[in-house]
Amino acid sequence: METVKKRDIPSAAFRPSDLKRKLRLGEGAIETSLFVLGILTIFITVSIVIVLGDQALLFFNDPEVTLKEFFTSTTWVPAIGDFGIWALVSATLTTSLIAILVAVPLGMSAAIYLSEYASPRARSVLKPILEILAGIPTVVYGYFALLFVSPILRNILGTENLGVYNMLAAGLVMGIMILPLISSMSEDALSAVPRSLREAAYSMGATPFEASTQVVVPAALSGIGAAVIVGISRAVGETMIVAVASGATSEFTFNPLKAAETMTAHIARISGGDLPYGTVDYNSLFAIALMLFLVTLVLNLVSQWVVSRFREQYE
Amino acid sequence: MAKYIYPEEKDLQRFVAGRYRKAWVWQTAFLSSLLIAIVSLTALLLNVVDGAFGYVAFEYKEDPATISEKPLQDLSQEELLAILQANLSRGAYNKLNEEKTMERRSQADLYNLVLERILKVDTKKTYSLYDSLFRKAEIETEVKDEFPEASLEFRYWLTPAFLSSPMSSRAEFSGVRTALYGSLWLVAIAIAFALPVGVGAAIYLQEYARKNFINRLIQTNINNLAGVPSIVYGMLGLAIFVRAFEVFTSGAMFGITDTNGRTIMSAGLTMGILVLPLVIINAQEAIKAVPDSIRQAAYGVGATRWQTIWSHVLPNALPGILTGSILAMSRAVGETAPLIIVGASTFISVDPDGPFSKFTALPIQIYQWTARAQPEFHNIAAAAILVLLVLLLTLNATAILLRNRFQRRF
Repeated sequence: METVKKRDIPSAAFRPSDLKRKLRLGEGAIETSLFVLGILTIFITVSIVIVLGDQALLFFNDPEVTLKEFFTSTTWVPAIGDFGIWALVSATLTTSLIAILVAVPLGMSAAIYLSEYASPRARSVLKPILEILAGIPTVVYGYFALLFVSPILRNILGTENLGVYNMLAAGLVMGIMILPLISSMSEDALSAVPRSLREAAYSMGATPFEASTQVVVPAALSGIGAAVIVGISRAVGETMIVAVASGATSEFTFNPLKAAETMTAHIARISGGDLPYGTVDYNSLFAIALMLFLVTLVLNLVSQWVVSRFREQYE
Repeated sequence: MAKYIYPEEKDLQRFVAGRYRKAWVWQTAFLSSLLIAIVSLTALLLNVVDGAFGYVAFEYKEDPATISEKPLQDLSQEELLAILQANLSRGAYNKLNEEKTMERRSQADLYNLVLERILKVDTKKTYSLYDSLFRKAEIETEVKDEFPEASLEFRYWLTPAFLSSPMSSRAEFSGVRTALYGSLWLVAIAIAFALPVGVGAAIYLQEYARKNFINRLIQTNINNLAGVPSIVYGMLGLAIFVRAFEVFTSGAMFGITDTNGRTIMSAGLTMGILVLPLVIINAQEAIKAVPDSIRQAAYGVGATRWQTIWSHVLPNALPGILTGSILAMSRAVGETAPLIIVGASTFISVDPDGPFSKFTALPIQIYQWTARAQPEFHNIAAAAILVLLVLLLTLNATAILLRNRFQRRF
């Protein structure tokens, strides 16, 4: 057995606190570089704002464009210098509204069923199905909207009433796409409600429906609200479904039976071509993207605020 | 105070029964919304399969009997080569030879060339799988009436040849090889960027960050970045990687001169930034799941902070981190919008030969082909979707396996 050499044993003058004084440069360097990686994420946000803002400023400085026209006009025809964002916003609003009307009731009911009614075995089958639905790439949903949902709708409503490209099919499929997001966020909120609340309701003789809608859902309302807001933000930013299925004409309309181009689809279509850098058209895309970014940012912040402000704290 | 009158037993029972009936109705309604989700998923998958197989009515401009006595499929590589040499003009043959040496092409490849260049196959109409299975007789009479010259064949659009051929202007001969390579390159670059950066940031936030303003800001910011629409990342990539850093992303820095900034490198880095928040959030969850007792044990024997993290926290969090990054990879594989913006090539038949070449990717192909008017392109879009879904399934199955095999419960 090796014996400890005498000089390795600290002398009597050694105090444990000396250990703290040892300067560890490596440790500091590692912490600093990890901090830099953390800061990098802020840098990404900043550069999004700068890049989009910079190009958008170029766009608004163009003599053909005025801020007033951008926010009030309802025609968007870059070829003749018409830049009225409402032509694109109307389509974004219409498709998102349809999507939300589909996804919120379905997603919430699915969440209530999964968290309040389903047996553990049923959950283990049903939840993966929703996860698969959430994992399907949006371009595949676009294919589905254009080549399955749209033909079916045209059969029902008549081909003379509904074109191949229409906002209805795009919106419906977008709703199916957002459904798993809303249901999984709502379900998390529902299952965070403590068991004792449910048991109290049942002990008063409530039916499962009364317990879930009058006790559990109100208690989880902040989480459900956040889910809905995140769902809206996802619908507004969704690109591929509308790019494939809702048409390529920018038109100011709220009629879901018509074809109209959303903000995202417009960006995708125009930048897909060989657009020369620095033209008004090119810069206009950045102005649209900036609006998209700001809208979704506000929605996301509101959803986080809703969660932290209205959360019911238990225990 | 009003006196509460307890109802008669009969009324009470009716009342309670009514409430339970209502509860049952709503339970059914809740369940049916789940069923709607399941039906949609099934419809989507069936719709894709429906498009990927089925009858095709086609005509040959030239009669196959004039160039060979045997059926073409049975010919060997040499025989097909001889046919090509005999029937193609000298210039056309040399051009093909330049693209890829003729002798080194496979039998299937040469067979396709014979169909495309000599017989000039012309697809008249394609049928879905459902129609092909259940309305075969009707299809046969329809083809006989409308295209008397045409022959009818059941075609699998998803074949080994589909995986191994490059793009073509004709749907019948198009494949996804170029796109598949492009997608793999993209994901590799994206994860090579996002994994180290993401894990580093996650370690900082979980292990080092004190509760102060700047760290709260970083955390909120990451949550927000996860919600930014992918198309905005595309615009960021266009402005920064494609234009501002063109010297780097076009490879001009390394002596490559034939491309602009619209390369795999630009797209991969854009994708890396897009999945970064996802990687960070997943890695944070994994690190959070490592119990404090492990850290305390390490500190107890005198380890420094970094030693604790490197040899105790990270090894225990690794399965979770890997699972999270595989999920991020599958997000990167399916994402389309940023690639359109960053400038995936719409038509390219050369495989990417490095990070600084032009590219296309699977979802881009699906988008392009779906948007085409000719129905046979919809068929190959369906076949490409099947390839993409299988790829995603493989990735996710790996993630689940990793999680089940290596994740420790404390």
